[in-house]
Order: sequence, then C-alpha cells, then structure tokens
Amino acid sequence: MTPTRAISSLDWRGAGSPGGDLVLRRASVLDPRAGIDGVHDVVIRDGEIAELAEPGAGEGRGEVIEAEGKHVFPAFFDPHVHLRVPGDEDEEDIETGTRAAAAGGYCGVLAMANTNPPVDTAGDVLALREQAAEHGSVPAGFLACVSRGMEGGDLTEMAELRDTGAVGFSDDGLPIANARLMRRALQYQHLVGANIALHEEDHDLSRPAGAHAPHLGGVMHEGVVSAALGLAGWPSVAESTMIARDAALAAYEDARIHVQHLSARESVEAVAAAKDAGVRITCEATPHHLALTDEAVRSLDSRFKMNPPLRAEDDRQALIEAVRSGLIDCIATDHAPHSAEEKEVPFEEAAMGVTGLKTAFAALHTVLVLPGVLDLGILVERMSAGAAPFDFEPPSLAPGSEACAVLFDPEAKWEAGADGWESRSDNSCFAGRRMVGRVLMTVVAGQVVYRQRSFAMGVA
Amino acid sequence: MKHLLAIGDLDRDDVERIMQRAEGFAEVGRRDIKKVPTLRGRTILNLFYESSTRTSSSFELAAKRLSADVVSIKSSGSSVDKGESLKDTIATLGAYGPEAIVIRSPHAGAADLVARWSDAAVVNAGDGKHEHPSQALLDTYTLRRRLGSLEGKKIWIVGDVLHSRVARSNVLAFRLMGAQVTVCGPPTLIPRDVDAALGCRVSYELDGLEEADVVYALRMQQERMRESFVPSIREYAARYQIDSRRLSPRQLLMHPGPVNRGVELSGEVIDGPNSLITEQVESGLVVRMAILYELLTRGRPRPEEQSGGPRDVSDPTPIKEPA
Repeated sequence: MTPTRAISSLDWRGAGSPGGDLVLRRASVLDPRAGIDGVHDVVIRDGEIAELAEPGAGEGRGEVIEAEGKHVFPAFFDPHVHLRVPGDEDEEDIETGTRAAAAGGYCGVLAMANTNPPVDTAGDVLALREQAAEHGSVPAGFLACVSRGMEGGDLTEMAELRDTGAVGFSDDGLPIANARLMRRALQYQHLVGANIALHEEDHDLSRPAGAHAPHLGGVMHEGVVSAALGLAGWPSVAESTMIARDAALAAYEDARIHVQHLSARESVEAVAAAKDAGVRITCEATPHHLALTDEAVRSLDSRFKMNPPLRAEDDRQALIEAVRSGLIDCIATDHAPHSAEEKEVPFEEAAMGVTGLKTAFAALHTVLVLPGVLDLGILVERMSAGAAPFDFEPPSLAPGSEACAVLFDPEAKWEAGADGWESRSDNSCFAGRRMVGRVLMTVVAGQVVYRQRSFAMGVA
Repeated sequence: MKHLLAIGDLDRDDVERIMQRAEGFAEVGRRDIKKVPTLRGRTILNLFYESSTRTSSSFELAAKRLSADVVSIKSSGSSVDKGESLKDTIATLGAYGPEAIVIRSPHAGAADLVARWSDAAVVNAGDGKHEHPSQALLDTYTLRRRLGSLEGKKIWIVGDVLHSRVARSNVLAFRLMGAQVTVCGPPTLIPRDVDAALGCRVSYELDGLEEADVVYALRMQQERMRESFVPSIREYAARYQIDSRRLSPRQLLMHPGPVNRGVELSGEVIDGPNSLITEQVESGLVVRMAILYELLTRGRPRPEEQSGGPRDVSDPTPIKEPA
C-alpha cells in the first residue's frame, strides 16, 4: 500500500506559509468522514484546524467571520482536470485553472497529461511543477501519460516520471486500446506504485464508420435523441466493455485502476461486478453526467458536447444511485476548457469537453441536494474523496488537521457565468443556469485562496 | 414562420399554407412567362457546403422565378475551403444584407447556427444526417397531388435510414399529415430507438410491403460497404431493392435522387408508371418558391406589392419584359 500524503504537499504558490488566524463563527460544520455535524466556531491557526469551539466561544488573533447559516465543509479535491499546459494556454493555464478551482471550493486538483505535446518525460513534469509552484492558487498535481506520446504503443518511463513527481498515469482523452500495453502498465505498477486513471472507450464501437473514417466518431449518446437528430452515436457499451476488460486485467495482475468519468448504467454495473469480485478499482462521475441528460443535446448547442457524452435519464439515475451507495467513489469535474472557435461551430465539429470547476458543487447542490435526491453529507464526502485513489489524504475538519475548508452559503442565488468564470474559457454546460448555494471562501492549509466578491465586500 | 430549420418546428397549418401557395406557383409555371415580381430587390444567398445538384439548382431557380437577386456559393473554390469558419463566412456575407440564406451543410444544426448569427430568414437545405425539410415538403406536396390527402395512408421508407436526413424529415412530415410510416432496411442501417424517436414502425425485411400505398426508397451509398454496414451491395440489392416484382401497380414509388440504378431501385421501376421521381423534381421548384415566399413575406405581400405587384401570389401577374 502506497503511503498517503497531504494535499498541500503538492506544488502551489502558498506552500509553506500559513496565514493568520481565522475564526468562522457559528458555522454549520459538516464533515461526514470525520463524523462532524454541528454548529461550531471553527478556529484556524498555524495552517491547522485548531479547535471546533462552542458557538460564540472561538477566539483567535486575526479575522473573525460571522458564519451563522453558512456551512463549513472540508474543501473539495478534483482528481480530473485539464489545465491545457503546455500547448493550449489560450484555453487555460495553471494560474487561471487553479483560480477557477479555488472559486469552486477546491483545495487541490490533478491535471491530465493529454496536453500538446503530451506530458510523457520527467522534464515535462518538472516544468509543470515549477509553474504550479509559482502560479497555482491551489495545490496542483500532474499525471503523466501511460504511453509514450500518448500513442498507445510503448510505455513511458513510468518509474522516472514517478520519481520526478508524477502523481499518477493516464492517457485520458484516449483509451488504452491495446490490451497488451494495458497489461504491461499494470504489471509495471508493482514497481511504480502510482494509480492508473482510465478513459474507457472502445473506439471500434464509439466510431461507427470505423477505421475508414475515424473523424466520423460518435458525438453523442446512442439512443432516442441521436436517432432523432441523425448524429452518430457513442453507445454505452463502448464504455462498459472496456471497464470489464481492464477490471479483469487489474484482477489478474493484482494491480489497481481508477476509472474516469463513468457515464452509463452498464458501466456502473461493470464496476459493481469488479468491486464485488474484490478488484482494486475506484471510479468517478462528473457533475454534468449527474445533472444533465442527452435531452440537452436536442438544442445542438456545443456546450453539451463532451466525452463521454451525456446519456439517458436511466443512466443518470444509475449514476446518482451509485454516488449515493459509494460505488462511485468520488465526483470529478473533467474540467475541459476550449476556445470559442472550437465551440462556435456545428455540434459535430465542435471540440468535446466542458468546464466545471467553478460550478461543480453549486450545480449538484441545486440539482440533487435541494430537491432531496442526494443527501448533503454524501455529496460533501464525494467531493473530496477523489484524493484517496491518488494517495492523498482527503481534507478533514477534525482538530489538528491541516485546514483545507470551504465556506458555503446554501441559500445564495446566482446565475452561472454572470460574474465570469475565472477560467480562461467559458464552455460551461451550466452557463446561464440559476444556482442555489455558493462558495464564499476557500481555505488551503490555513490560507484564504478565494473570497467571493460580494462576500469579500461584506454584502453577502 | 421566420425560418425553415426542421419539420419538427412546423404544425399542420404551416404545411397546408405552403402546399396551397405551391399550387398557386404551379399555375404560374404553366404560363409562358414563368416569373413573378414578388421578391424583386430582395437578396437570397445559397450557401452549399456539400455537393448538390437538384436542391441547389431548384432553390436558385425558385429565387429567380420570384425575381430575387441570388448569390450562390459552393464550398469548392470559396473562402470556406480556405479554412474560414462558418461564423466568419456568415458575418462576411451578412454585409450584403441578404434577406434569406439557404444553407446545405454536412453538419447537423448548421442552419440553426446561421439563424442565430444572422438576421436573415434561414432555410435548412440539408444539415448533416439531421433534416432536409424542403425535401419533405416537396414530397408531401407530390403525394397530395396524387392522393389528395395523406390521412391514414401507409408509407414505407426503405433503405439506409441511419445516414438519411430525408428519412428523418419525411417520417415527421408524413406523420404530421396523418400517414402511418414504416422504416425498413438492414438492422445495421436502422438507428437504434428510431421508433421511439420518430414515431414510426420498424421492419428489417420487405415482407409486408404490399400494405404500403407509397414506397419511398432511399439512396444507398457505395461506401457503406467499406464501413461494414452491409456485406455487399449485391446482398443489399437482393434483400431491399425495389423492383417490379415487389412493387404492385397500385403502389406509388418515390426517391429523393440521385438514384443508384440497380441498387436500391431496378431500372424498370424508375421509369415505370408508378414512379413519381420526375414529379418530385418538378414539385421541388414550386414548393421552394412557396417556402421562400412564406419566409420573406411572412405569408403577406409587402405594401408595394399590393399596389404595384400582384394582388395575391395565387394570381400573380407575369412580369412584363421590356420590349
């Protein structure tokens, strides 16, 4: 078992410099993992949760915030974002991406390696770490590719990459089509240790025209809506069959895998079967797959195009149930910024991907928690549980823990995008939607990394 | 109606109005001078991002018969081929102040985007595999002339439904007008859940075709074989080709063209008495005139037309050519 480490040990601007005292008075403190659920004064000192005091009794030299009616949660952790560095800095960079993360209540993010060029050498990892240390509003970790050049042929130098600080491995954006390569990566994991995150998609099934026309890939879920729109379908089984293959390989090699962005009922069933069989498998789901369905694609609005695609209501219900039961371990945004020119084109031509860091919690709070579909405590737990599969300690509000916390106003109403995105891109599938509940402040290792503007001015 | 983007946007009254208008134009077409001044001084842009013979020529001629100024742009040799985005092209051409843009695109939703980016009335002349509403309207018109009404009629659409925008628009239009529609083809070329999506029946075999009042064959493209949708054109033709054995004298035959002779249709039925294929092309012209008229006048002639132009388009005065 690989030992876990603190999220704040990742590279970021504020590393090693705890802020002044901070007291959040009369806050509703909720941390199901630590068994905390009550009204307290949260006292943050020297970068730690110093005390959960009786309401009104917390003392500290520094800032005191009246937080009655507000929640304090462990800050969120996103194991799946795209920061677009190197190569597509017009869409996002480490500064803007981590700023969006801070605004969404995150205390850490893990960036995927499908950049331009892909992250597949130790030098790439070091360069990214330096940038994160200089520009990161929140701690950021970097995965490296499983295959050299992300070409699906040969393994990267995984051991050296791990030694230089790669936190895991993934060819995300593409599946590892070749089963032999997948098996070798899993074998090699016994040397390297780090987890392997998998984008599960069988291109033979998701690209209906076949090798003859690879550009004619499926662009949306195959079902009633794709039949009505005449769009090429990307069927659920293209995902679930790959999950079944990789779970079987992981079991055979006694290795572990993390399945990214589950989208379909069949995939939930494949993961359930693997977990029942004792396979070391974890998985994530995105806010958009939990909040939206392929019905949204009827608009042919490219903001609803991502990979894997939005699926049917039955799939969404299966995902929600799996989040509730814990079969889906964590929420991950798959924050995927794209430039306007990649999105302001017909649906089939548009780039796949949506941003999500700033809206993730508010969207799920609005769509799932407030209508009573999902318990608030469960959502809070899943929002930071993505740290564990990559060997980071999920944040805790228990006294003595490193202070990674988010202050949340459950009643604040706002319109997604109305005051900007922080991200350099605006391809959000929630743009213009009314959100109920808003992140007011994010704290990482005792330092305030984000204050919502009207809250900062004392209006909220 | 501001735009014609999809059959799904129309109600039965819209279709009836366009049908009646088309009948008026058909009457004009029988005169010596086939041109009316209805859209004089208006600019219509035909923007074709895909090769097309009959749709582009028919829209162009329809606009000319209505005396509009027409600019036709095909993707080959235009700035489109030089990497200009659709949005930029629309902004550029918008400088001409077009009142209508007719667009054919290989991508679903392209016409919707043009409608969003431009003030012009937009006609979807085919967007990817999504819709081809003017084809569905001209087919509806053609059938009504033969059958009177489509109410209760049984229509079979046979062939590559998966890749066919004509199939999608026609199922919706025929159903809107009261027909019962069956789509038929090899299982690989029938979209999953199409029955729920469009409200049609599905058959994988031609058994039962005798119930059909109308058989509508779709074009079968050769490249489908390479994509392993069908094992061979030979096997496809053996199972799904409409020929004189399978077609009874009382059944009407339609096809959106261009026909692959000997694939989806045998030569003798194309030229046979059941075939409406040539009539479909004729209908295309008057129906597209009616569509442009509907969108550019919103069903009402402009004031200057009421004084100087025709009183009503169903009785349009021919243009007097200068002597």
